[in-house]
Amino acid sequence: MVLVEFTQTVITGVSVGCIYALVALGLVILFKATEVFSFVHGEIMMLGAFIAFTCITFFHMSYILSFLAAVFITGLLGIGIERLTVRPLIGEPVFVIAILTIGLGYVFRAFVSMVPQWGTETWGFKTPFSDQYLRSGELVIAQDLVFIIVCTVLLILVLAAFFRFTKAGVALRATSQNQLAAVYMGIGVNKVFTLTWAITAALGGIAGVLVSPLTFVHMYMGLFVIKAFPAAVLGGFSSIPGAIVGGLIIGVAESLSGFYLPEGWKSVTPWIILILILLVRPQGLFGIQEKKKV
Amino acid sequence: MPLLKIRNIESYYGPIMAIKGVSLDIEEGSIVTILGANGAGKTTILKTISGVLEPEKGTIEFQEERIDGVSPADIVRRGIVHVPEGREVFDDLTVRENLMMGSYLRKDRLGIKNDVEMVCDYFPILRERTNQLAGYMSGGEQQMLAMARALMARPKLMLLDEPSLGLSPALMNDIFLIVRRINEEQKTTILLVEQNARMALALAHFGYILDLGRFVMENTCEELKENEDVKEFYLGVKEATVRDTKRWKRKKKWR
Repeated sequence: MVLVEFTQTVITGVSVGCIYALVALGLVILFKATEVFSFVHGEIMMLGAFIAFTCITFFHMSYILSFLAAVFITGLLGIGIERLTVRPLIGEPVFVIAILTIGLGYVFRAFVSMVPQWGTETWGFKTPFSDQYLRSGELVIAQDLVFIIVCTVLLILVLAAFFRFTKAGVALRATSQNQLAAVYMGIGVNKVFTLTWAITAALGGIAGVLVSPLTFVHMYMGLFVIKAFPAAVLGGFSSIPGAIVGGLIIGVAESLSGFYLPEGWKSVTPWIILILILLVRPQGLFGIQEKKKV
Repeated sequence: MPLLKIRNIESYYGPIMAIKGVSLDIEEGSIVTILGANGAGKTTILKTISGVLEPEKGTIEFQEERIDGVSPADIVRRGIVHVPEGREVFDDLTVRENLMMGSYLRKDRLGIKNDVEMVCDYFPILRERTNQLAGYMSGGEQQMLAMARALMARPKLMLLDEPSLGLSPALMNDIFLIVRRINEEQKTTILLVEQNARMALALAHFGYILDLGRFVMENTCEELKENEDVKEFYLGVKEATVRDTKRWKRKKKWR
């Protein structure tokens, strides 16, 4: 019985950790490629969830179609954010764009609260996996959780293949490593930035749809991202595998401490872990200490 | 009709005028070199040609079309590739991926495949290191990779900025021999910027001497090698005369 409880808690932790990983992945890819730290990621995630919710509840579309619609629209939103607000600020100090993204976050939250049928209430939608369980002996696992894990694994594989084998993916990595050299090769840096925003915003949208069965859909669900920050920093903030591992660590630690430790620990454990790890390895688990060239 | 024709360009680095009215002709198929001390503006000229810097004044024509103010990507597409100073390879990409970025704007799969073979014939070390990360290679290997990467764009004109920087004399020699072979076999026109004047004058057909943002001399390399000032200030040849002891009195004639 003890073992079953433990396994279930860990699996829950892994699936929540997968979402942290997806969110952290979006933040890290964007930061690596464009040196922008986006505080609007949580709101993009929220909009993804709201779009899926609307498609399912009001347009009676299938879950898969609604999912794809959310991914597509959040991706477009990413392109819009880059073109209209970020691009004119290229060359300005980093914090200017960071503040801009905080502002955009407020705008999106306000927008959601003004849309009829969205507003400030908490919503939910059924997925094909709601109230379905996998059983093996005494172990009972909600299919929603399994779906999150499967989706995350697939997404990570697709992303890895994209960055490894496609010209656009390699160009994106090249630009993030050496922007000037990329310009010399004829790589359009603006195009790369737009693509990066599209990919990371779509990733945010996916995370939003996936997390909806766990957190429900409401205008403050973007705050979920706050807990993905330690995941990203834990991994070193420049490492893609690091973001994934960091997300899983935070997810599992949170879930275990919520189950075994007194109330209140759940929300502080991620931060305690972050502080402990940073004390030992200031560059994060997978981070590389930047050496300044002389 | 020269392949590249520059007329009176002026470029600024912030408020500083780095090149002050420079004109330059490059004939197709030739190797042209620009010599000059640190800070003379050599790199600025190359950056202006490749479109990274926009000239404040003046015109640049490539194959009889204006290219000043054109985007760097368009300039690569027209056939000018810049091999920057300090190599600037993509450290965390493999050699193969670096070469792939060199051919970023090309669509002819077969041609790209053949060209990978072609550059690996010039730089056999790259074939051995195909899957190695560029950041872990030595300086000489990185220089070779940077040049190979540029060749992957099939340039008509290659801008080479200080290819000998930080290399051993033997390696420097290798690089220069390969530059000559590329020029002869691929018919690639080359604009070479170099601190090592002896090497550059031996390699190039025509040379310009740049001083504080202006060309002060231009001639065939044969002639330049015989010039007194060039000998003293760039080649380090000193005459054993009385003047030798009072070197501080000698002035460059062009000042």
